[in-house]
Amino acid sequence: MSMIGDIARLPAGVPETAARPQVSVATAEDYVALLKPRVMSLVVFTALVGLMAAPGPIHPVLAFTALLCIAVGAGASGALNMWYDADIDALMTRTAGRPIPRRRIAPGEALGFGITLAGFAVVVLGLLVSWLAAALLAFTILFYVVVYTMWLKRSTPQNIVIGGAAGALPPVIGWAAVTGSITLEPLLLFLIIFVWTPPHFWALALIRTEDYARAGVPMLPVVAGAAATRRQIMIYSLLLIPVGASPWLFGYAGLVYGLTALVAGALMLAFAWRVWTRTEGKAATTAARQMFIYSILYLFGLFAVLLVESIAGRVVG
Amino acid sequence: MDNKPDPTELTEEQKRSRRSRSIAIAMVLGVLVVLFYFVTLVKGPAVLNRPL
Repeated sequence: MSMIGDIARLPAGVPETAARPQVSVATAEDYVALLKPRVMSLVVFTALVGLMAAPGPIHPVLAFTALLCIAVGAGASGALNMWYDADIDALMTRTAGRPIPRRRIAPGEALGFGITLAGFAVVVLGLLVSWLAAALLAFTILFYVVVYTMWLKRSTPQNIVIGGAAGALPPVIGWAAVTGSITLEPLLLFLIIFVWTPPHFWALALIRTEDYARAGVPMLPVVAGAAATRRQIMIYSLLLIPVGASPWLFGYAGLVYGLTALVAGALMLAFAWRVWTRTEGKAATTAARQMFIYSILYLFGLFAVLLVESIAGRVVG
Repeated sequence: MDNKPDPTELTEEQKRSRRSRSIAIAMVLGVLVVLFYFVTLVKGPAVLNRPL
Protein backbone atom coordinates (compact mmCIF):
# COMPACT_ATOMS: atom_id res chain seq x y z
CA MET A 1 0.00 0.00 0.00
CA SER A 2 1.71 3.18 -1.09
CA MET A 3 1.13 6.03 1.27
CA ILE A 4 0.85 9.77 0.95
CA GLY A 5 4.57 10.21 1.56
CA ASP A 6 5.33 8.41 -1.73
CA ILE A 7 3.67 11.12 -3.78
CA ALA A 8 6.49 13.58 -3.23
CA ARG A 9 8.85 11.16 -4.99
CA LEU A 10 6.72 10.75 -8.12
CA PRO A 11 8.70 11.60 -11.25
CA ALA A 12 7.83 14.70 -13.23
CA GLY A 13 5.17 14.22 -15.88
CA VAL A 14 3.18 11.59 -14.00
CA PRO A 15 -0.55 12.44 -14.27
CA GLU A 16 -2.07 13.95 -11.19
CA THR A 17 -4.66 11.15 -10.95
CA ALA A 18 -1.84 8.65 -10.60
CA ALA A 19 -0.55 10.65 -7.64
CA ARG A 20 -3.69 10.06 -5.60
CA PRO A 21 -2.72 8.02 -2.52
CA GLN A 22 -3.52 4.33 -2.88
CA VAL A 23 -5.22 4.00 0.46
CA SER A 24 -7.27 0.87 1.13
CA VAL A 25 -10.97 1.06 0.30
CA ALA A 26 -11.76 -2.05 2.35
CA THR A 27 -14.67 -1.58 4.73
CA ALA A 28 -15.34 -3.40 7.98
CA GLU A 29 -17.72 -5.66 6.03
CA ASP A 30 -14.86 -6.78 3.78
CA TYR A 31 -12.86 -7.80 6.83
CA VAL A 32 -15.89 -9.64 8.25
CA ALA A 33 -16.12 -11.55 4.94
CA LEU A 34 -12.48 -12.64 5.46
CA LEU A 35 -13.60 -14.40 8.64
CA LYS A 36 -15.91 -16.80 6.73
CA PRO A 37 -18.87 -16.04 9.01
CA ARG A 38 -20.98 -19.03 7.89
CA VAL A 39 -18.22 -21.50 8.68
CA MET A 40 -17.61 -19.65 11.92
CA SER A 41 -21.25 -20.04 12.97
CA LEU A 42 -21.05 -23.86 12.73
CA VAL A 43 -17.73 -23.83 14.60
CA VAL A 44 -19.21 -21.72 17.41
CA PHE A 45 -22.29 -23.94 17.61
CA THR A 46 -20.34 -27.21 17.87
CA ALA A 47 -17.96 -25.62 20.40
CA LEU A 48 -20.99 -24.50 22.44
CA VAL A 49 -22.25 -28.10 22.50
CA GLY A 50 -18.85 -29.37 23.66
CA LEU A 51 -18.82 -26.69 26.33
CA MET A 52 -22.34 -27.44 27.58
CA ALA A 53 -21.92 -31.22 27.44
CA ALA A 54 -18.81 -31.07 29.61
CA PRO A 55 -19.31 -31.95 33.27
CA GLY A 56 -18.68 -29.25 35.83
CA PRO A 57 -19.53 -25.60 36.16
CA ILE A 58 -18.27 -22.67 34.12
CA HIS A 59 -19.24 -19.06 34.71
CA PRO A 60 -21.32 -17.67 31.81
CA VAL A 61 -18.82 -14.83 31.29
CA LEU A 62 -15.98 -17.34 30.92
CA ALA A 63 -18.10 -19.53 28.65
CA PHE A 64 -18.83 -16.48 26.48
CA THR A 65 -15.12 -15.62 26.46
CA ALA A 66 -14.19 -19.14 25.39
CA LEU A 67 -16.73 -19.11 22.55
CA LEU A 68 -15.61 -15.65 21.45
CA CYS A 69 -11.99 -16.79 21.29
CA ILE A 70 -12.91 -19.95 19.39
CA ALA A 71 -14.97 -17.84 16.95
CA VAL A 72 -12.13 -15.37 16.43
CA GLY A 73 -9.64 -18.23 16.05
CA ALA A 74 -11.88 -19.80 13.39
CA GLY A 75 -12.18 -16.42 11.67
CA ALA A 76 -8.40 -16.00 11.73
CA SER A 77 -8.05 -19.42 10.08
CA GLY A 78 -10.48 -18.29 7.39
CA ALA A 79 -8.53 -15.06 6.77
CA LEU A 80 -5.21 -16.92 6.53
CA ASN A 81 -6.82 -19.47 4.21
CA MET A 82 -8.05 -16.67 1.93
CA TRP A 83 -4.60 -15.05 2.01
CA TYR A 84 -2.86 -18.24 0.88
CA ASP A 85 -5.56 -19.37 -1.57
CA ALA A 86 -6.13 -15.98 -3.25
CA ASP A 87 -4.72 -17.26 -6.54
CA ILE A 88 -7.06 -20.26 -6.81
CA ASP A 89 -10.01 -18.37 -5.27
CA ALA A 90 -9.83 -15.96 -8.23
CA LEU A 91 -10.26 -18.89 -10.64
CA MET A 92 -13.32 -20.47 -9.01
CA THR A 93 -16.85 -19.12 -9.40
CA ARG A 94 -17.75 -19.94 -5.79
CA THR A 95 -14.83 -17.98 -4.35
CA ALA A 96 -14.13 -15.26 -6.93
CA GLY A 97 -16.24 -12.80 -4.94
CA ARG A 98 -14.03 -13.02 -1.85
CA PRO A 99 -12.36 -9.77 -0.73
CA ILE A 100 -8.84 -10.51 -2.01
CA PRO A 101 -9.78 -11.65 -5.56
CA ARG A 102 -12.11 -8.62 -5.74
CA ARG A 103 -9.09 -6.47 -4.77
CA ARG A 104 -10.90 -5.00 -1.78
CA ILE A 105 -8.18 -6.21 0.58
CA ALA A 106 -4.49 -6.70 -0.24
CA PRO A 107 -3.06 -10.17 0.50
CA GLY A 108 -0.59 -8.74 3.00
CA GLU A 109 -3.41 -7.02 4.89
CA ALA A 110 -5.30 -10.31 5.14
CA LEU A 111 -2.14 -12.05 6.38
CA GLY A 112 -1.56 -9.43 9.09
CA PHE A 113 -5.24 -9.46 10.04
CA GLY A 114 -5.28 -13.27 10.35
CA ILE A 115 -2.06 -13.54 12.36
CA THR A 116 -3.16 -10.75 14.73
CA LEU A 117 -6.56 -12.31 15.36
CA ALA A 118 -5.08 -15.79 15.82
CA GLY A 119 -2.55 -14.49 18.33
CA PHE A 120 -5.19 -12.55 20.28
CA ALA A 121 -7.65 -15.47 20.31
CA VAL A 122 -5.10 -17.98 21.64
CA VAL A 123 -3.54 -15.67 24.24
CA VAL A 124 -6.88 -14.38 25.57
CA LEU A 125 -8.31 -17.92 25.77
CA GLY A 126 -5.22 -19.04 27.67
CA LEU A 127 -5.07 -16.08 30.04
CA LEU A 128 -8.76 -15.95 30.85
CA VAL A 129 -10.06 -19.51 30.50
CA SER A 130 -7.73 -22.49 30.01
CA TRP A 131 -4.27 -23.04 28.57
CA LEU A 132 -5.21 -26.53 27.35
CA ALA A 133 -8.10 -25.04 25.38
CA ALA A 134 -5.75 -22.33 24.09
CA ALA A 135 -3.19 -24.92 23.00
CA LEU A 136 -5.90 -26.87 21.17
CA LEU A 137 -7.09 -23.68 19.46
CA ALA A 138 -3.52 -22.86 18.37
CA PHE A 139 -3.12 -26.42 17.06
CA THR A 140 -6.44 -26.16 15.19
CA ILE A 141 -5.46 -22.90 13.50
CA LEU A 142 -2.00 -24.20 12.56
CA PHE A 143 -3.45 -27.48 11.31
CA TYR A 144 -6.04 -25.72 9.13
CA VAL A 145 -3.65 -23.15 7.71
CA VAL A 146 -0.39 -25.09 7.38
CA VAL A 147 -1.40 -28.76 7.06
CA TYR A 148 -4.69 -28.35 5.16
CA THR A 149 -4.42 -25.06 3.24
CA MET A 150 -0.72 -24.94 2.43
CA TRP A 151 0.01 -28.65 2.08
CA LEU A 152 -2.89 -31.07 1.60
CA LYS A 153 -5.38 -28.97 -0.35
CA ARG A 154 -3.20 -28.73 -3.45
CA SER A 155 -1.48 -32.09 -3.20
CA THR A 156 -3.94 -34.93 -2.46
CA PRO A 157 -7.60 -35.88 -3.04
CA GLN A 158 -7.64 -36.87 0.64
CA ASN A 159 -7.22 -33.16 1.51
CA ILE A 160 -10.58 -32.69 3.18
CA VAL A 161 -10.48 -36.10 4.88
CA ILE A 162 -7.34 -35.26 6.87
CA GLY A 163 -7.97 -31.51 6.90
CA GLY A 164 -11.41 -32.19 8.36
CA ALA A 165 -9.70 -32.72 11.72
CA ALA A 166 -9.40 -28.95 12.07
CA GLY A 167 -13.15 -28.45 11.69
CA ALA A 168 -13.84 -31.30 14.10
CA LEU A 169 -11.82 -29.92 17.01
CA PRO A 170 -14.06 -27.04 18.26
CA PRO A 171 -16.25 -29.26 20.54
CA VAL A 172 -13.05 -30.65 22.07
CA ILE A 173 -11.84 -27.09 22.70
CA GLY A 174 -15.18 -26.21 24.29
CA TRP A 175 -14.97 -29.30 26.50
CA ALA A 176 -11.36 -28.50 27.50
CA ALA A 177 -12.38 -24.93 28.38
CA VAL A 178 -14.67 -26.33 31.09
CA THR A 179 -12.81 -29.38 32.37
CA GLY A 180 -9.18 -28.64 31.52
CA SER A 181 -8.97 -32.21 30.18
CA ILE A 182 -9.90 -34.39 27.20
CA THR A 183 -11.90 -37.59 27.63
CA LEU A 184 -13.67 -40.06 25.32
CA GLU A 185 -16.92 -38.06 25.04
CA PRO A 186 -15.47 -34.98 23.27
CA LEU A 187 -13.44 -37.32 21.08
CA LEU A 188 -16.72 -38.94 19.93
CA LEU A 189 -18.01 -35.47 19.02
CA PHE A 190 -14.75 -34.94 17.14
CA LEU A 191 -15.25 -38.24 15.33
CA ILE A 192 -18.80 -37.34 14.24
CA ILE A 193 -17.64 -34.13 12.52
CA PHE A 194 -14.52 -35.87 11.17
CA VAL A 195 -16.54 -38.62 9.45
CA TRP A 196 -19.24 -36.14 8.38
CA THR A 197 -16.81 -33.79 6.59
CA PRO A 198 -15.89 -35.92 3.52
CA PRO A 199 -19.44 -36.67 2.27
CA HIS A 200 -20.41 -33.04 3.01
CA PHE A 201 -17.57 -31.56 0.95
CA TRP A 202 -17.57 -34.18 -1.78
CA ALA A 203 -21.25 -33.48 -2.44
CA LEU A 204 -20.23 -29.85 -3.03
CA ALA A 205 -17.21 -30.93 -5.08
CA LEU A 206 -19.48 -32.97 -7.38
CA ILE A 207 -21.38 -29.79 -8.18
CA ARG A 208 -18.22 -27.68 -8.52
CA THR A 209 -15.93 -30.19 -10.23
CA GLU A 210 -15.16 -27.84 -13.15
CA ASP A 211 -14.32 -25.04 -10.73
CA TYR A 212 -11.84 -27.18 -8.84
CA ALA A 213 -10.35 -28.59 -12.04
CA ARG A 214 -9.85 -25.07 -13.44
CA ALA A 215 -8.05 -24.04 -10.25
CA GLY A 216 -5.96 -27.23 -10.21
CA VAL A 217 -7.26 -28.37 -6.83
CA PRO A 218 -7.10 -32.19 -6.73
CA MET A 219 -10.52 -32.79 -5.20
CA LEU A 220 -11.70 -36.39 -5.40
CA PRO A 221 -14.12 -35.92 -8.36
CA VAL A 222 -11.34 -34.18 -10.33
CA VAL A 223 -8.72 -36.85 -9.68
CA ALA A 224 -10.70 -40.09 -9.27
CA GLY A 225 -13.90 -39.17 -11.11
CA ALA A 226 -17.55 -38.75 -10.11
CA ALA A 227 -18.25 -42.49 -9.77
CA ALA A 228 -15.47 -43.04 -7.23
CA THR A 229 -16.60 -39.95 -5.33
CA ARG A 230 -20.19 -41.20 -5.17
CA ARG A 231 -18.96 -44.54 -3.84
CA GLN A 232 -16.88 -42.79 -1.16
CA ILE A 233 -19.88 -40.64 -0.17
CA MET A 234 -21.89 -43.84 0.33
CA ILE A 235 -19.15 -45.46 2.44
CA TYR A 236 -18.71 -42.44 4.69
CA SER A 237 -22.49 -41.94 5.05
CA LEU A 238 -22.84 -45.59 6.08
CA LEU A 239 -20.02 -45.19 8.59
CA LEU A 240 -21.65 -42.04 9.92
CA ILE A 241 -24.68 -43.95 11.25
CA PRO A 242 -22.86 -45.80 14.07
CA VAL A 243 -20.43 -42.92 14.61
CA GLY A 244 -23.32 -40.43 14.88
CA ALA A 245 -25.08 -42.68 17.40
CA SER A 246 -21.88 -43.37 19.39
CA PRO A 247 -22.51 -40.80 22.18
CA TRP A 248 -25.76 -42.70 22.90
CA LEU A 249 -24.16 -46.14 22.43
CA PHE A 250 -21.45 -45.21 24.95
CA GLY A 251 -24.04 -43.88 27.39
CA TYR A 252 -23.13 -40.20 27.13
CA ALA A 253 -26.39 -39.12 25.47
CA GLY A 254 -30.05 -39.99 26.01
CA LEU A 255 -32.53 -42.03 24.01
CA VAL A 256 -33.86 -38.97 22.18
CA TYR A 257 -30.39 -38.30 20.85
CA GLY A 258 -29.88 -41.95 19.95
CA LEU A 259 -33.11 -42.15 17.95
CA THR A 260 -32.43 -38.78 16.29
CA ALA A 261 -28.94 -39.90 15.29
CA LEU A 262 -30.22 -43.19 13.83
CA VAL A 263 -33.06 -41.59 11.87
CA ALA A 264 -30.95 -38.65 10.68
CA GLY A 265 -28.15 -41.06 9.75
CA ALA A 266 -30.54 -43.22 7.76
CA LEU A 267 -31.76 -40.12 5.92
CA MET A 268 -28.16 -39.12 5.20
CA LEU A 269 -27.63 -42.56 3.70
CA ALA A 270 -30.80 -42.14 1.63
CA PHE A 271 -29.49 -38.86 0.23
CA ALA A 272 -26.14 -40.54 -0.46
CA TRP A 273 -28.01 -43.34 -2.28
CA ARG A 274 -29.71 -40.76 -4.50
CA VAL A 275 -26.31 -39.23 -5.28
CA TRP A 276 -24.99 -42.71 -6.12
CA THR A 277 -27.85 -43.69 -8.37
CA ARG A 278 -28.52 -40.38 -10.15
CA THR A 279 -25.38 -39.93 -12.18
CA GLU A 280 -26.46 -37.90 -15.21
CA GLY A 281 -27.63 -34.37 -15.95
CA LYS A 282 -29.75 -32.14 -13.79
CA ALA A 283 -30.92 -35.01 -11.55
CA ALA A 284 -27.32 -35.70 -10.54
CA THR A 285 -26.67 -32.04 -9.72
CA THR A 286 -29.91 -31.79 -7.75
CA ALA A 287 -29.12 -34.94 -5.77
CA ALA A 288 -25.64 -33.65 -4.88
CA ARG A 289 -27.00 -30.23 -3.91
CA GLN A 290 -29.71 -31.79 -1.71
CA MET A 291 -27.09 -34.04 -0.10
CA PHE A 292 -24.91 -31.00 0.64
CA ILE A 293 -27.78 -29.03 2.19
CA TYR A 294 -29.08 -32.01 4.16
CA SER A 295 -25.60 -32.76 5.54
CA ILE A 296 -25.55 -29.30 7.16
CA LEU A 297 -28.99 -29.92 8.67
CA TYR A 298 -27.81 -33.35 9.85
CA LEU A 299 -24.87 -32.00 11.83
CA PHE A 300 -26.86 -29.06 13.15
CA GLY A 301 -29.73 -31.36 14.20
CA LEU A 302 -27.54 -33.88 16.03
CA PHE A 303 -25.63 -31.23 17.93
CA ALA A 304 -28.86 -29.31 18.69
CA VAL A 305 -30.33 -32.40 20.37
CA LEU A 306 -27.10 -32.89 22.31
CA LEU A 307 -27.27 -29.25 23.37
CA VAL A 308 -30.87 -29.56 24.57
CA GLU A 309 -30.03 -32.75 26.48
CA SER A 310 -27.00 -31.06 28.04
CA ILE A 311 -29.01 -28.00 29.10
CA ALA A 312 -31.75 -30.25 30.49
CA GLY A 313 -29.11 -32.25 32.36
CA ARG A 314 -27.63 -29.09 33.87
CA VAL A 315 -31.04 -27.76 34.89
CA VAL A 316 -32.19 -31.05 36.42
CA GLY A 317 -28.81 -32.13 37.77
CA MET B 1 -4.29 31.06 -6.21
CA ASP B 2 -3.96 27.42 -7.36
CA ASN B 3 -7.40 25.81 -7.88
CA LYS B 4 -6.07 22.35 -8.77
CA PRO B 5 -7.30 19.57 -6.44
CA ASP B 6 -4.90 18.47 -3.77
CA PRO B 7 -3.45 15.12 -4.96
CA THR B 8 -2.94 14.00 -1.38
CA GLU B 9 -6.66 14.38 -0.62
CA LEU B 10 -8.49 11.04 -0.08
CA THR B 11 -11.49 10.24 -2.25
CA GLU B 12 -14.92 10.07 -0.63
CA GLU B 13 -14.88 6.26 -0.89
CA GLN B 14 -11.51 6.09 0.81
CA LYS B 15 -12.74 8.38 3.59
CA ARG B 16 -15.91 6.32 4.07
CA SER B 17 -14.05 3.02 4.20
CA ARG B 18 -11.42 4.42 6.57
CA ARG B 19 -14.18 5.66 8.86
CA SER B 20 -15.86 2.23 8.70
CA ARG B 21 -12.58 0.51 9.68
CA SER B 22 -11.91 3.02 12.46
CA ILE B 23 -15.35 2.48 13.99
CA ALA B 24 -14.91 -1.32 13.82
CA ILE B 25 -11.50 -1.12 15.55
CA ALA B 26 -12.95 1.17 18.25
CA MET B 27 -15.81 -1.27 18.86
CA VAL B 28 -13.47 -4.26 19.11
CA LEU B 29 -11.25 -2.40 21.58
CA GLY B 30 -14.33 -1.43 23.59
CA VAL B 31 -15.52 -5.05 23.70
CA LEU B 32 -12.05 -6.16 24.87
CA VAL B 33 -12.06 -3.58 27.69
CA VAL B 34 -15.55 -4.65 28.84
CA LEU B 35 -14.60 -8.35 28.54
CA PHE B 36 -11.46 -8.00 30.65
CA TYR B 37 -13.37 -5.89 33.19
CA PHE B 38 -16.07 -8.52 33.69
CA VAL B 39 -13.65 -11.46 33.68
CA THR B 40 -11.66 -9.68 36.41
CA LEU B 41 -14.87 -9.30 38.43
CA VAL B 42 -15.79 -12.97 37.89
CA LYS B 43 -12.38 -14.43 38.71
CA GLY B 44 -11.51 -11.97 41.48
CA PRO B 45 -8.01 -12.50 42.89
CA ALA B 46 -7.87 -15.80 40.98
CA VAL B 47 -7.37 -13.78 37.79
CA LEU B 48 -3.69 -13.75 38.75
CA ASN B 49 -3.60 -17.51 39.29
CA ARG B 50 -2.78 -19.17 35.97
CA PRO B 51 -1.38 -22.64 36.43
CA LEU B 52 -0.20 -24.10 33.13
